[in-house]
Amino acid sequence: MNKKPLSLHVDVDKFIPATEQDKEYMVQMRPPSTFFKDGVKRLLKNKVATVSFFIIVIIALSSIFIPMFWPYSYETQLGVVPGKPVDSSYNNLKPFEYGETELARIEAGEKVFPHVFGTDSSGRDYFIRVVYGTRISLAVGFFASIIVLIVGMTIGSIAGYCGGKIDLIIMRIVDIIYSLPDTLMVILLSAVLGTVIDKAIQGTILEKIGTNIISLFIVFALLYWVSMSRLIRGQILSLREQEYVLASRAAGAKGKWIITKHLIPNCISVVIISTALQIPSAIFTESYLSFLGLGVNAPMPSLGSLASDALNGLASYPSRLVIPAIVISLIVLSLNLFGDGLRDAFDPKLNG
Amino acid sequence: MSENNNKALIEVKNLKKYFDISVGLFRSKPLKAVDDVSFTINKGETLGLVGESGCGKTTVGRTLLNLYKPTSGEIWYDGKLISTPADIREFRKKATMVFQDPYSSLNPRMTVSDIIGEPLDIHKMYENKQEREDRILELMSHVGLNSEHASRYAHEFSGGQRQRIGIARALAVNPDFIVCDEPVSALDVSIQAQVINMFGELQEQLGLTYLFVAHDLLVVRHISNRIAVMYLGRMVELAEAGEIYDHPLHPYSQSLLSAVPVPDPKVARANKRIVLSGDIPSPLNAPSGCPFRTRCPHATEQCAMEMPPFKEVSKGHFVACYKVDEIN
Repeated sequence: MNKKPLSLHVDVDKFIPATEQDKEYMVQMRPPSTFFKDGVKRLLKNKVATVSFFIIVIIALSSIFIPMFWPYSYETQLGVVPGKPVDSSYNNLKPFEYGETELARIEAGEKVFPHVFGTDSSGRDYFIRVVYGTRISLAVGFFASIIVLIVGMTIGSIAGYCGGKIDLIIMRIVDIIYSLPDTLMVILLSAVLGTVIDKAIQGTILEKIGTNIISLFIVFALLYWVSMSRLIRGQILSLREQEYVLASRAAGAKGKWIITKHLIPNCISVVIISTALQIPSAIFTESYLSFLGLGVNAPMPSLGSLASDALNGLASYPSRLVIPAIVISLIVLSLNLFGDGLRDAFDPKLNG
Repeated sequence: MSENNNKALIEVKNLKKYFDISVGLFRSKPLKAVDDVSFTINKGETLGLVGESGCGKTTVGRTLLNLYKPTSGEIWYDGKLISTPADIREFRKKATMVFQDPYSSLNPRMTVSDIIGEPLDIHKMYENKQEREDRILELMSHVGLNSEHASRYAHEFSGGQRQRIGIARALAVNPDFIVCDEPVSALDVSIQAQVINMFGELQEQLGLTYLFVAHDLLVVRHISNRIAVMYLGRMVELAEAGEIYDHPLHPYSQSLLSAVPVPDPKVARANKRIVLSGDIPSPLNAPSGCPFRTRCPHATEQCAMEMPPFKEVSKGHFVACYKVDEIN
């Protein structure tokens, strides 16, 4: 339509109906993103959690890789050389001090690897013992949490999904286990299980890990699944009333399908978070049991047993108690902070 | 029942569903959610089921699909009695359901294609991945969804689109019969019209049979061939859609239909509303005899003695009331 240059009439040409393509162009949808990706994005924004995560990764990697190239081993007593009298100058070295033969080699121009944290009362390099102790503590923490996760998730989801009498029986058993004093049970069970396991593992690779650690795992599996199973049961009780579960049943799904496809994926974030928070508590339990003498077999160190050994020479060599204590605190603290970060990032109830 | 020239696809005979509700520590009492309901649904027709909240409409739909185990009664599908677990499994491929709430009926952790493909996965109804994907895309285009929506999650869609996903899921196994459990009551009015019309189009294209549960009487009238009215777990009236709107016979249906809002204010003023006194009794303590007698203006002693029989008063028009002739 022709329009006079000074006319105030609205230009009709500007009001053509949009074509299908134009409409398509106007519809904006954000690129598809999974729940997991969103969670990771939120987690990375949380600085405390990210730093904690890197600390855990560094500690874990160094506990795995340092023993591969470190020239000393956790069990070698440096003062003991076959065919010679025991050289007591290697016992109780302070950080970066050397034994007599080593000093002689340095005089001769040789390079000797320093004892970064000194040595213990039997003349073993303390740094590598701390590294091995960390390795044991982390392994106990992770595996114990995985055992707790598997046992707790299986039992909890069965109780929650089946309901009725099965739920009632399982939950009463949980109540009974809850009412037992944890520490006492752990000590009793590791004492009793110790003798049984001793015979069972003779000659296998498990012997090196030690009876006590294995009984510790069993104790974890027997006692600590209860809170996990309660948590999961509660989640599943509310989830199974959702209509999508009914829809799945209307399509002909059975119990196993519904639990694995619908119920567990919907409570997995809660499960991950509580597993992450379970690890430090397992490490803590292992440490105090080792401290009480129920942990790993000598000469294998763990952070708790290192702290316990250090008590004897506390006044003269305080660093031997301080170092493992700091490592335990660092691990437990960063795992807890990371777990909190995970909860903030993944718990849908907090971010709507 | 109405033995028309149409063949009955679904026959429900004396269906009862009681839930045990515990009262006190050890005693339990039956809640009669559905009490002695019988009806048939012919091939290709839509049966509307109306009634107020808590009258057992949804329970009828769910018990019909064996999602709740019926307390007693028989369900016949296409001339066969559904009784053994194997029957039920076969039946699930023929009869599906669309749910009321498009928000809670879709798993938030699954993509659209997984939600729609779930019934296919359960019944293993495809040879390979490609066939599954093709079927899902076909279903999505049936209900008016874009193929690029397949990899998205349900929370990214509006209520109407979510309900379309739910409908595509119900269509996945190529059913003959769909229970629509208030499929539009959670949607906006403008979206309701689209979805209702889509139900109509799908019925024509695929030859579907519906049991359409709803409390919106206008929606039900629009889509149904026949309409059943329920009150307190009982069916009180069943007739052709036009018949029941023009000549409701049961006093409850009359009152229910007088409550339908009319867009024209002049007509609305002229219409007399029948307002019932009192509240709906608890289904735990249902009145003896006719369940409606406590609120019925025409109730007599006879109504308290025994449940009135559900009988045919004119062709295809069933009513459960002793006083039908007197009232009308």
